[in-house]
Amino acid sequence: MAYLELKGLERDFGTVKALDGIEISLDQGEFLSLLGPSGCGKTTALRLVAGFDRPDKGSIVVDGKDVTHVSPSKRDMGMVFQAYSLFPNMTASQNVEFGLKIRGRHRGDRHKRVGELLELVGLAQAGDRYPHQLSGGMQQRVALARALAIEPRVLLLDEPLSALDAKVRLQLREEIRRIQLELGITTLYVTHDQEEALSISDHVAVMYSGRIEQMGSPAEMYSSPATPFVAEFIGTMNRLEATVLDGGTGAVEYGGVTLTVNAARDRARGSRVLVLVRPETVELVPANGDGDPNTLVGDVVTQTFLGPVTRLKVLGPGTDLIADVATAKAATLPVGTRVTATVPAEGARLLELSDEEPLPSIPEEPGPSGQ
Amino acid sequence: MMARLRRIAPSAYIWLFLAAVYFVLPLLATFLFSLRSNQTGKCCTLHSYGWVIHNGDFWHTLKISFVLALETIVICLVLFVPTVYWVHLKVPRLRPVIAFIALVPFVVPPIVMVIGLLNVYRGTPAWFYDKPWGILCAVYVILAFPYMFFALDAGFRSIDVHTLTEASQSLGASWPTTLFKVILPNIRVAALAGSFLALAIVMGEFTIANLAQFHTFPIFLQYVNETQAYPAGAVTLMSFGITWAAMLSLLFVGRGRGARPTLIAGGR
Repeated sequence: MAYLELKGLERDFGTVKALDGIEISLDQGEFLSLLGPSGCGKTTALRLVAGFDRPDKGSIVVDGKDVTHVSPSKRDMGMVFQAYSLFPNMTASQNVEFGLKIRGRHRGDRHKRVGELLELVGLAQAGDRYPHQLSGGMQQRVALARALAIEPRVLLLDEPLSALDAKVRLQLREEIRRIQLELGITTLYVTHDQEEALSISDHVAVMYSGRIEQMGSPAEMYSSPATPFVAEFIGTMNRLEATVLDGGTGAVEYGGVTLTVNAARDRARGSRVLVLVRPETVELVPANGDGDPNTLVGDVVTQTFLGPVTRLKVLGPGTDLIADVATAKAATLPVGTRVTATVPAEGARLLELSDEEPLPSIPEEPGPSGQ
Repeated sequence: MMARLRRIAPSAYIWLFLAAVYFVLPLLATFLFSLRSNQTGKCCTLHSYGWVIHNGDFWHTLKISFVLALETIVICLVLFVPTVYWVHLKVPRLRPVIAFIALVPFVVPPIVMVIGLLNVYRGTPAWFYDKPWGILCAVYVILAFPYMFFALDAGFRSIDVHTLTEASQSLGASWPTTLFKVILPNIRVAALAGSFLALAIVMGEFTIANLAQFHTFPIFLQYVNETQAYPAGAVTLMSFGITWAAMLSLLFVGRGRGARPTLIAGGR
C-alpha cells in the first residue's frame, strides 16, 4: 500500500480551478517532485498536504490514515519554505530545537538531536548564530534541519532553493538528496526548475492548469513525454508540426520535406502530428547539395556556447530547428553556414494533435527576486 | 575620499546649534527658575525639589497615573496584539479599515469625546464609573488605540507573519504557542514602542481626567502650576525626566540579545 496518497484533490479559488483531480501515490522513502510553471497548482497541492489549506474535494492519506481534516500542527509534516522562515528571535540551535520542545522531549535528548542535525546539514559550528548572521544557503540548511528534527512522516519542500544563487542551489540540492536518501524520508518537492526536479527525484509529476500532465521517472519524463506541454517543459525539444503521409513506412511531411519517423508507423494517413526531436539527436553537417533522406536544409543563424556543447539555431525554407553539437565541431559551422540537419528516424517521439488543438504555451516563471 | 565623506558642512553646525538652543534653552530656563527660593525669589536653592518630593499628592497622583498607564498598556496589548496579528494573517483587506478607525481619536476633539463617553458610560456600575481604574482607563485605551495600532502594524509588517506562523504550526505549535513564542518576541520592540506611547499619553492627559474629576498626575501638575510658581518648574522637569526614563528603558529593553531588532515606524 502506498505511504502517501492524494486522492482526487480539487481546490477552487473563486472561478480559478487551482487543482483539478490530483492523484498521487508515493511509497515510503520516495522522492517526488511537483514540477510546473507558475500558477499550475503545485504549491497549492503542497499546502493541502501540509494542512495549511483544505481541499474542496478529495482526500489525503498518510500511512493509511486520512489526514485531510487534521490541523497542520498535528500532521507531523516537516516543511521547508521558499521564503526564509527561521524564527528571527532564536539562534540556529534554538530553531532546530523548537519542534522538539513542543513535543516535550527531554533537554538532553533535544541537545543531542540538535547537534546531530546541524552536523548533518554541515552547520555544527553555527548553532549559536542568529538567522540574520547566516547566509541564505545556511538559513535554508537550518530550516531543513529544523524540519527533520521532528522526524516528520513526510518532508515537504516548497521551492527551497529558488532564492539562492546558482552555485549554492546546485550544492544544496545535492545535499537535500543525500540527506533524504540517508534518512529514507518520504519527500514531496515543489519546483519550477526542471533540471532540479530531474536531478534529485525518484519521480517527477509535471503539472499544468491544476492537473498532472504526466508522472514518471526522470528518464521517462525526458525520453517519453506524454503531452506536448511535457515535451516542451522538460528539457529543450524541437517541435515539428507534420502530417502523416504513409503510416506503413512512417513517412511524414514537414515544411515540404518528407521525413521518416518510426513512431509515425501505423498512424492514419493525413493525421496531424507533432514530431518531437531532442536537440542532441539532430546531426549537422555542412550542406553538400545532395538531397539525403531525412534531412532538412537551412542556415546557422545563432550559436550559444553551453560548455561541452554549443546550441545552434538553424533556419531555412520550412525549417526551424535547434541542434546541440560538440563545441569543437561547432567551430566548423559558424553563423551563416548552410547545413544539412539529419532528423533521427529512431529517436524522435510523436504526438497526435487534434485539428483544433493549439500548441501549449508555457508561462514565464518569475525569477527568485520576484518570488 | 573618506575624509571628504566625513566632513560636515559649517552650516550643519549652525543648524545643530540652533536646534540645541531651541530644545535646551527652555529646559535650562525652567531649571534655573525652579532653583529660586519660594520666599525670597532668589537663586539658588533646591527647596522646590524638596517641596515636591515631600508632597504626598505628588506621589499619590504619580502612582494613580502610573497604575492607570500600566492598566491601559496591558489592556491595549491584550486587545490589539491578537487583533492586529489576525488581521495581518487572515483578513489583510480589513487593515485599511482599522487604520481609518484608529484615526478617529485624532479627529474627534477631546472635549467632545469625553462628553460623549461620559454619557455612554453613565449608568455603568459605580466600581467602573466612579473609579479612575474603570472609566478613565477605558477612555485612555481609546486614546492609545492609534498609537498602539500603528506601532504594532509597523512591527507586523516588518516580519513575514504567514511564513513564521506556518513554520511554527508545521513544527507542532498551537496558536497560543505560535503567538507567544514566535510572533510576540519578533514584534517586541513594536509592542514596547506602542506601550511607551500609551504611557506618555496617560502621563500627560489632562482634559478628560479634569472633566471626569479624577486626580491624576497632570491634574496635580496643573494645580502646582497655578499655586506654586517655583515648585511648578521643579515638578515639570521631574515629569520630563520620568518620561525620558521611560523612553530610555524602551531603548534598553528593545535592544534584545542578539536578534535583529524590529524596525519601528512611529516608535521613538
